[in-house]
Amino acid sequence: MVIYGVALLAICTLIGQGLGDLLGRWLHVKANVGGVGIAMILLIAARFGLERRGWLKPPVMQGVGFWGALYIPIVVAMAAQQDVVSAIKGGPIVLIAGAGSVVLCLALVAVIGRLSPPTETMDEIEARELGEAPPSPTVH
Amino acid sequence: MDLLVKLLTANALLVAFAAVGVLMGVCEIVSRTLTGGRIHGSAIAIIAGLALAFWGGSVTGGHKGVADIPVLSGVGLMGGAMLRDFAIVATAFEVDVAQARRAGLIGLLALVLGTVVPFVLGAGVAAAFGYRDAVSLTTLGAGAVTYIVGPVTGAALGASSPVIALSIATGVFKAVVVMIVTPFVAGAIGLNNPRSAMVFGGLMGTVSGVSGGLAATDRRLVPYGALTATFHTGLGCLLAPSVLYLAVRAVVHG
Repeated sequence: MVIYGVALLAICTLIGQGLGDLLGRWLHVKANVGGVGIAMILLIAARFGLERRGWLKPPVMQGVGFWGALYIPIVVAMAAQQDVVSAIKGGPIVLIAGAGSVVLCLALVAVIGRLSPPTETMDEIEARELGEAPPSPTVH
Repeated sequence: MDLLVKLLTANALLVAFAAVGVLMGVCEIVSRTLTGGRIHGSAIAIIAGLALAFWGGSVTGGHKGVADIPVLSGVGLMGGAMLRDFAIVATAFEVDVAQARRAGLIGLLALVLGTVVPFVLGAGVAAAFGYRDAVSLTTLGAGAVTYIVGPVTGAALGASSPVIALSIATGVFKAVVVMIVTPFVAGAIGLNNPRSAMVFGGLMGTVSGVSGGLAATDRRLVPYGALTATFHTGLGCLLAPSVLYLAVRAVVHG
């Protein structure tokens, strides 16, 4: 049933956020530490567990996949509720520090990429996977 | 008229689904006809969303963009932290574990750099604008990490309210810039594989900036970026009021 997928996703997210809050309290930090990341790891583990038992039926995957597919619209909604007015009104200190750190960090992304060994691009991975597993409906 | 307003406010979340859907449809058409598909429809939609947030904030004087307009209050729920995190976690179903594990160590390095580099820059800019006390410098540096690290650090150190407000604005502006700029520079910085997405997530921080930027660039990269970005704010909140504050104090009093 589709709800099993949605429930699985909700349970993983709740446990992840809970552990992130606990980790924050344990480290004496007033923030959630890695809640989303922990939830993602839980969901990946759950996927393997269900797959092995043969419980990962298409409706379960649909329940999770639907929310993954809604991700971009949700991000658009998130963008539409940012406090853009005060961000711009903050003056030069805000503009310089904000834009400057973005430029520096983007440059570092490029530097780290150049210094590390070459890796497969997303397109290459997808092409390889398609080659390995010829048209099988099990992917998504 | 008030019947319509009543209908729309009573179904706020549905209005948000409809409005975002229409907006994305329009942006997809704009992407195809005006840019020949070169700029992603989702990138245009995110920029349009930010522009609407600016309009909403100017009209209402509130801090939540279009979500402060009663009829569009559902946008606040749809784009709020709960559903955002829910959808990000859902993308983990697409993570290639082998790829993620291979980039683990480099992701950690990116996380540390992504905290220290913006912090130093933010504190440096604050110093250039005349701030001299360690608490304000640390708070403004923390704001350049993310808009959560700034106020958390400021509150912990007892910074003044205008300084905390500035640090939040810096972080929000950073997230906005990341969302807008990323799709345009993705090719130049090699942002086309899981490893660089994890490095990007660790360096840029701000879940909203990273998720918006990657969504506008290549939807398939989102889970990898989110995996590291999620630790960014926590790490910043850990380092800024402690180690980094002590370092700033040593520099100021040294």
